[in-house]
Amino acid sequence: MFAWLEKHPFFFAVFLFIVIAYAGVVEILPSFADSARPLKDTRPYTVLELTGRQIYISNSCNACHSQQIRPFKSETDRYGEYSKSGEYAYHRPFLWGSKRTGPDLMRVGNYRTTDWHDHHMRDPESVVPGSVMPAYPHMYNKTADIETGYAEALTVKKAFNVPYDKEGMPKLGSWEEAKAAAMEEAKAIVEGMKSEDVKKAFENGEIKEIVALIAYLNSLK
Amino acid sequence: MRPGNVISYDYTVAKYFLFTTIIFGVIGMLVGVIISFQLAYPDLNYIAGQYSAFSRLRPLHTNAVVYGFMLSGIFSTWYYVGQRVLKVSMAESKFLMTIGKLHFILYVIAVLLAVVTLLMGITSSKEYAELQWPIDILIVVVWVLWGVSIFGLIGIRREKTLYISLWYYIATFLGIAMLYLFNNMAIPTRLLTGMGDWWHAVSMYAGTNDALVQWWWGHNAVAFVFTVGILAQVYYFLPKESGQAVFSYKLSLFSFWSLMFVYLWAGGHHLIYSTVPDWVQTMGSVFSVVLILPSWGSGINMLLTMRGEWNQLRESPLIKFMIWATTFYMFSTLEGPILSIKSVNALAHFTDWIPGHVHDGTLGWVGFMTIAALYHMTPRIFKREIYSKKLMETQFWIQTIGLVMFFTSMWVAGITQGMMWRATDEFGSLAYTFMDTVNALIKYYWIRAIGGFLYLVGFIMFAYNMYKSFTTGRVLDAEPRNASPMAA
Repeated sequence: MFAWLEKHPFFFAVFLFIVIAYAGVVEILPSFADSARPLKDTRPYTVLELTGRQIYISNSCNACHSQQIRPFKSETDRYGEYSKSGEYAYHRPFLWGSKRTGPDLMRVGNYRTTDWHDHHMRDPESVVPGSVMPAYPHMYNKTADIETGYAEALTVKKAFNVPYDKEGMPKLGSWEEAKAAAMEEAKAIVEGMKSEDVKKAFENGEIKEIVALIAYLNSLK
Repeated sequence: MRPGNVISYDYTVAKYFLFTTIIFGVIGMLVGVIISFQLAYPDLNYIAGQYSAFSRLRPLHTNAVVYGFMLSGIFSTWYYVGQRVLKVSMAESKFLMTIGKLHFILYVIAVLLAVVTLLMGITSSKEYAELQWPIDILIVVVWVLWGVSIFGLIGIRREKTLYISLWYYIATFLGIAMLYLFNNMAIPTRLLTGMGDWWHAVSMYAGTNDALVQWWWGHNAVAFVFTVGILAQVYYFLPKESGQAVFSYKLSLFSFWSLMFVYLWAGGHHLIYSTVPDWVQTMGSVFSVVLILPSWGSGINMLLTMRGEWNQLRESPLIKFMIWATTFYMFSTLEGPILSIKSVNALAHFTDWIPGHVHDGTLGWVGFMTIAALYHMTPRIFKREIYSKKLMETQFWIQTIGLVMFFTSMWVAGITQGMMWRATDEFGSLAYTFMDTVNALIKYYWIRAIGGFLYLVGFIMFAYNMYKSFTTGRVLDAEPRNASPMAA
């Protein structure tokens, strides 16, 4: 049969494709609906958190930090309770990472504060001596793109029925409402920060990237 | 074909891709060397503001090397090997010539766009699939063009039977096409809401599902670019260069079809102890071990092709590159399954052992085989002798030393890191902080960086040797039959 296939490229390609695709059908499809169910206390991100998440992605923080705690004592002692599938139901994309050059961040919101992140992003060595992480000064200058954050929230609400505006869930509302809510949320973070520039910018109605990023990091619990 | 009626193959497109293989190789490896030094010496993060932070350069490094260097190499060899094993010249078809050139141009545009967007921080965050949707669409077009080129050339072939290398090229094409499409499914937010950034898109899958699809891709991009595409090369170039027939057709058959069947199951080994279902993790683990068979099948087939001719290893640096590549392939495909065993994975996952493993595969297997393929093609494409055999020999040893420094230091680093993370004192509390592990690794990061630097030095010697061959190498009056001619 194989010798025959080698003389008939069309059938060769078709047969080959079936052989390759088979594994995906068997391995991926069955668990799909199952793993998409959110855990009881899991909620979608607010617009500001989502914006922060985009900044996290844009700077490839996931290249060095994982967000997946394995069920080992050494990991639960260090980072907190191990990860469950339902906790990730609103994570698009997933950010588990594949390498820990820095520690896991899945529950970093439980043990780090706004103030700590503020220092850490400006000068990692000031809070973690010997850290090999670079500083991210540009996050203090660039304005966060909360419009794209809102666009993403609206997209997942429309396309995947993510339960924004449902009871007990974050409110999305119109763009104006969402913007006001993001400002409100940002205010609490800005107050916890040292930087005068960030504060001044906020008074002018601008949210800096660092503020959104900290909102996101604080939400990781 | 009648004797005396020689086809003159058209290597225009092969030549274009040969140049980009070298150029993107130098760039990708240079970025790799920079980021490896950044880990040992973090101040290097600031050489170009936010654009030179490790986190921006790391995806640029992987993309430049995988899609810039390795894929270019695969395309270049395709436009060379394809014609020869099908006994048909591209010059015979205007259409295929146009497709080939278009394929090249759009490919280069896609790579350049990738560089710019990744530096700007426009990324989907999925490893080895970081590019955002407009570039993804362009890549699909590039891929389709390559498919047209493959099947177009097959359509007008004179040789009835598809040679082994062609199986692998077809598999690279089909495998990546399927995986890439599914993994990159995303909704551009601007299109749906009319707001926000044009580049931004949101993944079709969430959480655990997204991880499953991503590693189904991530692992198998390794399969169909790093493995299958390079096997296509070794199956053609090693027999050609050594003048020996492939050891066993049956073994080729067995290793090809079993590789195709088994490879995709193994993706789950990236997700051991994660939240994907246990049975997926176990399958990933078991099939990874099974994968040793087809991988070693090809490896043994290649090594036995040299039977009775091992003296060539001493005489020709080109054969050395190919045999070393095959050896590293076998080595790396043994290491992978070991890493997939649950208890080993528990220790090694998230540590530096993983980049170590990736690099003994990519630098040893892919890098060496691509270099060998380009060396073999040069005298035939440019009709010139390779400029310097001595330089080639030196390059081989420098790169080998660099490579060994790279993966051994990363093994030690990874195991150290894994052991320190889990170590406890007599009261059962953690013995080390995370920073203790970072401090312990710095010395290994230095060794790795120097190893990577040596590999780059060797690659630059390669680029120089190639350049000299194109321009000043002795002109050949006839095509060499097997062993590539090289000056002293």
